Parts: sequence; C-alpha cells; structure tokens
Amino acid sequence: MNTIEHAVDVLVIGGGTAGPMAAVKAKQVNPNLKVLLLEKANVKRSGAISMGMDGLNNAVIPGHATPEQYVREITVANDGIVNQKTVLAYARNSFAMIEELDRWGVKFEKDETGDYAVKKVHHMGTYVLPMPEGHDIKKILYRQLKRNRVEITNRLVATRLIVGQEDGRIAGAFAFDCRTADFYVIKAKSVVLATGAAGRLGLPASGYLFGTYENPTNAGDGYSMAYHAGAELSGIECFQINPLIKDYNGPACAYVTGPFGGYTANSKGQRFIECDYWSGQMMQEFYHELESGNGPVFLKLDHLAEETISSIETILHGNERPSRGRFHAGRGINYRERMVEMHISEIGLCSGHSASGVWVDEHAATTVPGLYAAGDLACVPHNYMLGAFVYGGFAGESAARHANEHGQIEVDPAQLDAERQRVWAPLQRESGLPPAQVEYKLRRMVNDYLQPPKVTRKMEIGLERFDSIRDDLEVLHANNPHELMRAMEVHAIRDCAEMAARASLYRTESRWGLYHARVDYPERNDADWLVHVQLHKNAGGDMACFKRPLEPYVIPVDDQEKTAYQRLRISSTNTPEAVAP
Amino acid sequence: MSKSSFPTAIQRSNVPVTIDENKCIADKGCTVCVEACPLDVLAINPLTGKAQMTFDECWYCLPCEKDCPAGAVSVEIPYLLR
Ligand SMILES: Cc1cc2nc3c(=O)[nH]c(=O)nc-3n(C[C@H](O)[C@H](O)[C@H](O)COP(=O)(O)OP(=O)(O)OC[C@H]3O[C@@H](n4cnc5c(N)ncnc54)[C@H](O)[C@@H]3O)c2cc1C
Ligand code: SF4
Ligand code: SF4
Repeated sequence: MNTIEHAVDVLVIGGGTAGPMAAVKAKQVNPNLKVLLLEKANVKRSGAISMGMDGLNNAVIPGHATPEQYVREITVANDGIVNQKTVLAYARNSFAMIEELDRWGVKFEKDETGDYAVKKVHHMGTYVLPMPEGHDIKKILYRQLKRNRVEITNRLVATRLIVGQEDGRIAGAFAFDCRTADFYVIKAKSVVLATGAAGRLGLPASGYLFGTYENPTNAGDGYSMAYHAGAELSGIECFQINPLIKDYNGPACAYVTGPFGGYTANSKGQRFIECDYWSGQMMQEFYHELESGNGPVFLKLDHLAEETISSIETILHGNERPSRGRFHAGRGINYRERMVEMHISEIGLCSGHSASGVWVDEHAATTVPGLYAAGDLACVPHNYMLGAFVYGGFAGESAARHANEHGQIEVDPAQLDAERQRVWAPLQRESGLPPAQVEYKLRRMVNDYLQPPKVTRKMEIGLERFDSIRDDLEVLHANNPHELMRAMEVHAIRDCAEMAARASLYRTESRWGLYHARVDYPERNDADWLVHVQLHKNAGGDMACFKRPLEPYVIPVDDQEKTAYQRLRISSTNTPEAVAP
Repeated sequence: MSKSSFPTAIQRSNVPVTIDENKCIADKGCTVCVEACPLDVLAINPLTGKAQMTFDECWYCLPCEKDCPAGAVSVEIPYLLR
C-alpha cells in the first residue's frame, strides 16, 4: 500500500450533482487553476442522479413564480427556520441555471409555445418542471467536465479534511483508493465539499443495508468530515423522512403523478392532505393516517385514463429509479387495477429534501476559511437538484477566488500519520468485527432510538449505544480495500447518529411536523426556539450545540401565510384515532 | 489481539445481479459495468474472465445493465424486497 501526494488549487470532493458543477464553474472563473474532482464511485454514474431525474422540484421561472414568493414558501414550509438570504440567492439564480442546463442539452418539458411547462405541487406556488427525458443528465455533465479540462479521479474515498494548525484554514483532504487501499494526501488551496446526504443513517424496514432512499454511496462522509474540520452544522435535528413505495425505496412520486391527477390516499381511497409537497407537516399527516384506522397510505392512480397511466409509467419506470417497474411486476401490481401501498422511509440527513447540513452563507462558504459546501449536505433547506447545481456553481466560483488569493498551507506530518494509521488499521488487524455487522447494529439502534416521534429518554439511551459502538470501531476488520471503504463509512455513520441525537435533544420543542416531533415537548415554542440549532466540535473536542439567532427576514411573511403548512389536512378526513403528537 | 477473539462464519446470500457469461466480453477487455457501479460491487472474476457480482450491496439502480455493450447484465429486485 502506497502513500501518494498530490497538489491542486481547488479540490472538489464528490462528483454527483453539485460537485461537477462546482468544478466546471471554478475552471470558468480561472482556466489556469488546477481543479480536481475526487469521487468515491465513478463520475459517469455517481450520486443521486446516477440514472437521471424525473424533474425539477423547485424551479423559479419568470411568469410562473418569483424569487420572493419562493422564499416565502420555503420559509413557511420550513417553519420559519431559514437564513432567507441563502434561499433568495438560490431563487434569484434558479432560472439562469435552468437556461444554462438547457443550453448544455438537458431536456425540460415545454408547452406548444416553447415555454417551460411548470406544474403546481407545492401548497402556495408553482415550481415543478418535469424532465420526462431526464436520463441523460450525467452524460451532459461529463461532457462539460471534459470540455473545461477538469481533472478527475474515481474510486477515491475522502476521509478527513486537512486544516492548518495555526489559522484553521483549509489545506486539502486525505483519501484512499477503495480498490488498492493506497493512501492519498491531496493538498489544495480551497476545497468544495459535495458528498451528498447522510443516506445510510436509518435502517430500511427490510433490514437491507443498501435499500435506502438515498444513493447508499452517500453514507454521511461529508457531514463527518466537516464536523472534524471544525465547521458548524445546522438543523441536524430536522431529519429527512420521505414517503416511499412500501418495500421499494423509490419515491412514491406524487410530484410526477400529481399533475396527471394522481394523489396520496388512505385505505378508503380518500385524499387526506391538500398538497403532496414533501414537508415535515405533510409527513406528520402521512404518519397519522398510516397509523390510524384509515391506514395504510396509498398512491392512487387507478381512476386515471389508460393513456395517462402509460405516460406515468414511461416516466416512473424509465428515469431516476427505473427498477420500480420490475418491483411492481414481481408483485403483480398494476397502477390501473389498484392503489399502490406506500410507507415512510428510514431517517436521513439531507438539506436537499429537508434542512440538515453544513452551515453555509449565500456564497456557499462554510465557517472554515477556504471550505465551501453545496448540494444535499449544505444547509439550504429544500434545495433539491437545482439547488445543488446553483450552490455548486457558487461554491466553485468562491473556491476559485479563494485559491486565486491564498497560498498552499503545509500539511502537518503528525496529522498525516495519524489519519493514515486510522484508515489502514482495519486492513492491518489480523481479525476483528465485520463492518457490515457493526453497521447493521448501529443503524438498528438509530431506528430504535431516533426514529420520530422522538422521546427524550430513548434518545439518551441511543447516545449510550452509539458511544459504546465507538469502541467497536477500534476492532473493525477489513479483508480487502472494498471492505475498508465500508469500515470507514461506519465511522461516518456513527458520527452522524451522534449528531442526530444531540441536536434533537438540544431543541426542546416540536417543529417541522414529523421531522422533529418530540413526544415530551409536543408544542412548537417560537419564544425560545425560533433560532437555528448549530452543532460543532468545541474547544474541548466535544460535540456541542448552540443557538444561532435568525437573521432578520429580507422577505417579510404575513401571518396568514405563516400557518399555511399547518393547514394541510383536509378537514372532512380528520381522524379521531390519530396518534400523538 | 488474537485471531480467536473474533471468530467469523461465511454466510451465503442470493444476489440480484446475473451476468450471462456467454454474452459477457470482459475477456476482450470490457469493464464497463464494473466502472459504472456506484457501489463498486461488480468485478471481473480472474478464473472465468467474466464479470460477476462480488458484494451483496446493490441499490438496483441499473447503470450496469443499461451501459453493458453486450446486453449481458440483468438486475433483479433483491430477494428481501421482492
Ligand atoms: C431517488 C431520488 C429522487 C430524487 N428526485 C428528485 C427530483 O425529481 N427532482 C429534484 O429536484 N431532486 C430530486 N432528488 C434530489 C436531488 O437528486 C439531490 O438533491 C441532488 O442530486 C443532490 O446533489 P449532491 O451533489 O448533493 O449529491 P449527489 O449527486 O448524490 O453526489 C454526491 C457524490 O459524492 C460522492 N461521495 C460520497 N462520499 C464521498 C467520499 N467520502 N469521497 C468522495 N466522494 C464521495 C458520491 O459518490 C456522489 O457521487 C432526488 C433524490 C433521490 C435520491
Ligand atoms: S459491461 Fe457487460 S460485457 Fe462488459 S464486463 Fe460487464 S457484463 Fe461483461
Ligand atoms: S444495479 Fe446499481 S448497485 Fe447494483 S450492481 Fe448494478 S450498478 Fe451496481
């Protein structure tokens, strides 16, 4: 096993959605910079959009929506806890990004007049732009990477960021090759973190470790790396929980089917929520119905016309999760004949869908100088794919400017030795615990103790369990470099589990519907908790939380709007037997 | 730490990816599916010279099947989810 040193100007970690955009934009700011895109898998087929995407969930297109309206919608959907400046920066650049992607060859749905065919799915505004031919998106990104001469390395797993001893400025990252176990020291003047969601946190009900909603390559490595580098994280207690097809981990996809007339229904075939846009409040209503006498919950399409259903099938079985058709075929389920059973996903951390992430400002800067973050792991609530592209762009441009103005910091040899030892240890041990078993145990504990509704004492016990699994990390054993990758992922998942428990315990109220439903603090308490909960490694090296006040809103929200997402339930379906809270 | 402190057993599992060895052209240098897989669970078996699923860690996302130039890959829904 070798140690390989490499120096670049800008290092982008994660080549899924935000990462390639960051790399391209950094090169466009200064083509002379050496920009390296480092990817755990292969940039041609990596990340959430590996097979393509069904549509843009949050397109802000002139004539259909305004940036101000979008900021209000997200402020309300996220129960007031947003740094509006970051959401506004997204919204103002949303349309320019769509036009750029369109020029690059990404196909969006248009009407007869050539205008974008935007659909209403959210509670208030109109933002969903279908991409029925969205399967080429990775190819298009790859072409741009080549055209802009971005350097690419595949199958390297980043494990820690390198931070200067004196000024806390970023200096690069450590990584290893998941096929050879070679250890990499990559020096850089600035770094963009774009490693996606923490998708292997909760355990899917099947018990299948890789049957997650998120692409399971995204194990939360970036959350862990940012934490250890001293960055602030925010909103970790605002979990991601999604409505899925029962047993199949693809989204039930009311976004795709809604505009065609499909909807989420209870076992009587009745609608029980006014709007299928994913929010904590929507998930709370979903959960109520699921656990009530009207449960479980279904995706209802069987009332639609044949040609409508076949259009839906073409999209749902062709783009982002194409194995869905096989799943239904295996069970003999046809959208025409009956409703499709739905369930809720395991928990995860993801700002793309919810709000958990590394704290960033409107230029994608984290609190660590020279470190930028974008995509699902950067805290810009409900940012989705287009948000990943827009913030990827910001991060790339900011990182390029930082690299233009700063030199390279030397890497401390002691830091290097310590990390190389940590990474190689599971391969060098003669025997030990298999990573898959430790991961299974850890994630089962996450389900048992952190899955909402959240209970204080349970979360405290969870913390004890996560603490004792820390000892198991010291005896992980890997038979080969591939297992080593799984072993190092378990380290990151454990960090994420601890973060999820600590941030959840800290916020002693309920907020965001099911995402942070605390049984022993059932009320929302704006007087004390209309603040961000930040999490970081404190001066003593411990995981700690603190409050960060909200920045004054730049877009005022009126009282009527503020409660819009609390009125999602259709009143005729109020279920008296619904469970607390 | 002595070896005996962590005794282990090998367990079989039914994996979701099948490679048609008559169609696979890995022996002519193809590694397309191995490179495409985001979970890195496919490899060329040195004994057969054909691709195979080596680790049971599949997201049933399908790039392996879609990108294979020989139509040799088929992905089923993993047994636990069927
Ligand atoms: C099933 C599904 C359906 C979705 N549908 C929609 C939709 O219809 N519309 C929409 O707008 N949004 C949708 N989203 C959300 C959207 O896809 C994401 O918000 C967006 O793609 C996130 O981009 P990202 O760059 O943060 O993460 P990703 O694109 O997932 O990229 C992260 C990358 O980091 C790499 N990586 C991870 N760890 C490491 C490491 N340690 N070292 C190096 N590399 C690493 C991964 O391999 C991956 O390539 C969907 C998401 C999923 C999972
Ligand atoms: S892509 Fe197809 S032909 Fe190539 S190695 Fe894989 S199975 Fe064989
Ligand atoms: S379906 Fe996806 S995860 Fe499974 S082997 Fe193919 S590429 Fe890999």
